[in-house]
Amino acid sequence: MEALLQPVQALLGAAWVPVWTLVKIFAIILPLMGCVAYLTLAERKIIGWMQVRNGPNRVTFFGIKALGGLAQPIADGLKLLFKEIVLPSASSKTLFVLAPVLALAPSLAAWAVIPFSEGLVLADINAGLLYIMAITSMGVYGVIIAGWASNSKYAFLGSLRSAAQIVAYEIAMGFALVTVLMVSQSLNLSDIVRGQGEGMFANMGLGVLSWNWLPLFPMFIVYFIAGVAETNRSPFDVVEGESEIVAGHMIEYSGMAFALFFLAEYANMILIATLTSIMFLGGWLSPVGFLPDGFHWLAAKSAFCLFFFLWLRATFPRYRYDQIMRLGWKVFIPVTIVWLVFIGGWMMSPLSIWK
Amino acid sequence: MDFQTAVFYFLSTILVVASLRVITARNPVHAALYLVLSFFTAGGVWMLLRAEFLAIALVLVYVGAVMVLFLFVVMMLDINIERLREGFWANLVPGLIVAGLMLAEMFAVLGAKYFSAGAAPAPEAPAMDYSNTKELGRLIYTEYVYPFELASVILLVAIIAAIALTMRKRKDTKFQEPAKQIAVRREDRVRLVSMPAEKE
Amino acid sequence: MNFPLPDFFPASAEIFVLVMACVVLLADLFKSERQGWLPYLLTLATLAGALAIQVGTAGADTTLTFSGMFVDDRLSDVLKSCLYITVFAVVVYSRDYLMARGLERGEYYLLVLFATLGMQVMISANHFLTLYLGLELLSLAIYALVALDRESARSTEAAMKYFVLGALASGLLLYGMSMIYGATGTLEISAIARKLSDPATNMDVLRFGLVFLVAGLAFKIGVVPFHMWIPDVYHGAPTAITLLIGSAPKLAGFSMAIRLLVDGLPTLAVEWQQMLMMLAVLSIALGNVVAIAQTNVKRMLAYSTISHMGFMLLGLVSGVIELRASGDIQLSYAFGSAMFYTIAYVLMSAAAFGVLLLLTRAGVEAETLDDLKGLNRRSPWFAAVLMMVMFSMAGIPFFIGFFAKLAVLQAVVAAGYLYTAVFAVMLSLIGAFFYLRVVKLMYFDEPLDTAPLVASSEMRALLSVNALAIAVIGLMPQSLLTLCATALGQAMK
Repeated sequence: MEALLQPVQALLGAAWVPVWTLVKIFAIILPLMGCVAYLTLAERKIIGWMQVRNGPNRVTFFGIKALGGLAQPIADGLKLLFKEIVLPSASSKTLFVLAPVLALAPSLAAWAVIPFSEGLVLADINAGLLYIMAITSMGVYGVIIAGWASNSKYAFLGSLRSAAQIVAYEIAMGFALVTVLMVSQSLNLSDIVRGQGEGMFANMGLGVLSWNWLPLFPMFIVYFIAGVAETNRSPFDVVEGESEIVAGHMIEYSGMAFALFFLAEYANMILIATLTSIMFLGGWLSPVGFLPDGFHWLAAKSAFCLFFFLWLRATFPRYRYDQIMRLGWKVFIPVTIVWLVFIGGWMMSPLSIWK
Repeated sequence: MDFQTAVFYFLSTILVVASLRVITARNPVHAALYLVLSFFTAGGVWMLLRAEFLAIALVLVYVGAVMVLFLFVVMMLDINIERLREGFWANLVPGLIVAGLMLAEMFAVLGAKYFSAGAAPAPEAPAMDYSNTKELGRLIYTEYVYPFELASVILLVAIIAAIALTMRKRKDTKFQEPAKQIAVRREDRVRLVSMPAEKE
Repeated sequence: MNFPLPDFFPASAEIFVLVMACVVLLADLFKSERQGWLPYLLTLATLAGALAIQVGTAGADTTLTFSGMFVDDRLSDVLKSCLYITVFAVVVYSRDYLMARGLERGEYYLLVLFATLGMQVMISANHFLTLYLGLELLSLAIYALVALDRESARSTEAAMKYFVLGALASGLLLYGMSMIYGATGTLEISAIARKLSDPATNMDVLRFGLVFLVAGLAFKIGVVPFHMWIPDVYHGAPTAITLLIGSAPKLAGFSMAIRLLVDGLPTLAVEWQQMLMMLAVLSIALGNVVAIAQTNVKRMLAYSTISHMGFMLLGLVSGVIELRASGDIQLSYAFGSAMFYTIAYVLMSAAAFGVLLLLTRAGVEAETLDDLKGLNRRSPWFAAVLMMVMFSMAGIPFFIGFFAKLAVLQAVVAAGYLYTAVFAVMLSLIGAFFYLRVVKLMYFDEPLDTAPLVASSEMRALLSVNALAIAVIGLMPQSLLTLCATALGQAMK
């Protein structure tokens, strides 16, 4: 690999660093977009199976029956791409166009610090966890601006709901992450994963019991559920609750602008699933000693978390708005604070397992 | 001009323009969004100064939480910005004169010699493994633990004060209690009255 | 990672108040319908406990803790003990009034406790940062308390004015502090004093900062020309809250003046004493003259506050600061007289507003001079109480206020400002008019309202004790005066 790159490096000179970084960015973004596309298919298929029906099964590649439905995302994408983006005449035009971009950009930017495997990370920065929290907190602007710029009552209501909901759950999410960084004593995501590979159970070859999910179990649950709420997924999808406010902030959008919101939502889902795997499920580490670590474990764990997203959607009815607020402020935040204090006490006590 | 200086000027240009637009934008929502932009770019400038914790905290707290709620309120208010600006041009000239006078006085007293960039030499560049976040955390929880706790008490008082001033039980609200509705029994709602049959 | 634990012992009273405030917060949340008295009793217990701890942990020597940000010396012990007693009285006096108006909620007690904590922090501050944080803690709690009565447009307006002007004053203070930081490179008060003798220190910037510092301070204690908020806030706030604003914070304000100016900038005394002299003379003149025109007792007392604070500043103006070779500071007797004046004023102010609260009941406010008419017929004892307070405030001999004025005037004369002393005496005589007018109304006019006074027995008892203290300390002022002088005179490090 090194030998292959050497002549290219020499050719580009000073431009090598930006070009090589761009190549790496594309290497992350393009597969991610593929995952997003096929996640939509997976969602429809899985929910279909749960409801004892087939899901999409008509669009095939060149008529091969066995691939029934596999080309569906591509067909959907093409359809949306060729549709007109209708600008409502009373909307605030610039912001209306800017909003989908603002929704998508943070969910892609956050991937910069995600470690896929040992050493396999675009930017190995010290304050990685803080970066993730800061960038994901920006995602709400896309929704708010979309709702306001559309100049539509439903869109506006959706964006207000979203703002309140995201701010409420961000606090619980932040507290959950604070416990993680307390036990890892680091803000670097790679270090957080490495820290989970040490401990009594890991030495016995049972790494799965050394991961953070066990000692931080309440935090794991809170983080994951808050993640579901942050991404506005069912059962917390009052932002776009179709029976109440049609499609919330997306109501006035069409064509590719609408598709961008969709991409952002699914990219965020994958991000939350990956982060849950990194923070609580040991990232790229193997659950048992006799199997090698590697990227495939991270992928498997993220897929497992994503399945939960879909499972929740297929199972639960939508929360009422005040119930969402109650859960966020009166249940999650107290739980996280109590566990934070508990973990602090545990770490200071002689029984600490994080020496 | 090296890369870092170029980035600095790029960010500062955005910052200055965005800050100006905050006060000149006609629409309050646009003004708030420009404020978001200026916070974000200010974060970038701090990042250049290797104050990564402050930069990220600025984005996390101000951009991610404070401004969201701010926008939330501004969007719901129907502010007539033209009416607020009525006296702007009339007051501009005396305002500028007073500001200019004050500036001149301060400059005369203090001069440039105390506040020029030369008076405060740049600190030495820290080592590569130096973590701004870690150092700040160490200082806040050791040397500055007392003011830090006091600041948290002030925030607690702010919460209490906000709740004390805004939370009122309104008598005219009509709300339902689903729990009560579900717990209702037949006897509470239906009264069986036996009436003798009437004859024509 | 090892954390060196700071010495918590000197701050135990602060920690106790904070913990108990959190207990009150939770108790108020979980109390049952019938336990309405719980926050009240817990608050009183907190203040009594804090007093016990303060007295119990008081030592002769000065201790610093929290990396030199917190100082525990004789001055702070005395002032904080007075603080707890004052707030205790305030809470007892206020309860009936607040209950009659539906304001007696847990938030009131919480905010009072947090304001107390803020004042404790200010009194013990040895660092600009903690001084400022304590001040903000106090101010924030008081802004909210002034606006507590949501139904009253006047209170809301007063709170808004107070908030805006208070924020401006905080801005001035911070600006001054930042200038001084720029000149000395430190925020720690004793370190600033040490830096002053360093020839490399930039005196221009320091003086520039001092101007802002004095302005901010004058704003907070309310002296002319930074007094505009005082009458409006005293008048607009519910009387129980006016009682709080008009009493305990003066102790903290005095401490702030001592810490900022005397501890922090002793060698600049010539400069800040000139500024304070102007403020003091103007306050005494304006406060005494404008108070005559007031028909509202709360406004009248507001202007009287301004003139009293002017007197207090006169004490600071005439003080002499001696710098010992060892770096210690020796303060002259004048500073002790200013402290005595502050404590005396707090005692009188608490009693004056206490009587006003006593005259109120559900639906009836007692604010104007007419409400005081014929008080003697309704309650001879409390008419006598108010008479004692008014005599004391006017400076009539053998009440505490007389000795306070005397001590300050002696110091002023000793410092060589003879004309200032004469001027102050003349204006006090003018001021005596409106204090004596209250006495005349109580004893020689027909009552407009003959309903009997309603008040709890603990309030009556405490108010009587308060009034007796004014008289008894007036008979033997020497012990308190010595206490103040020794607390301040003790060499400061």
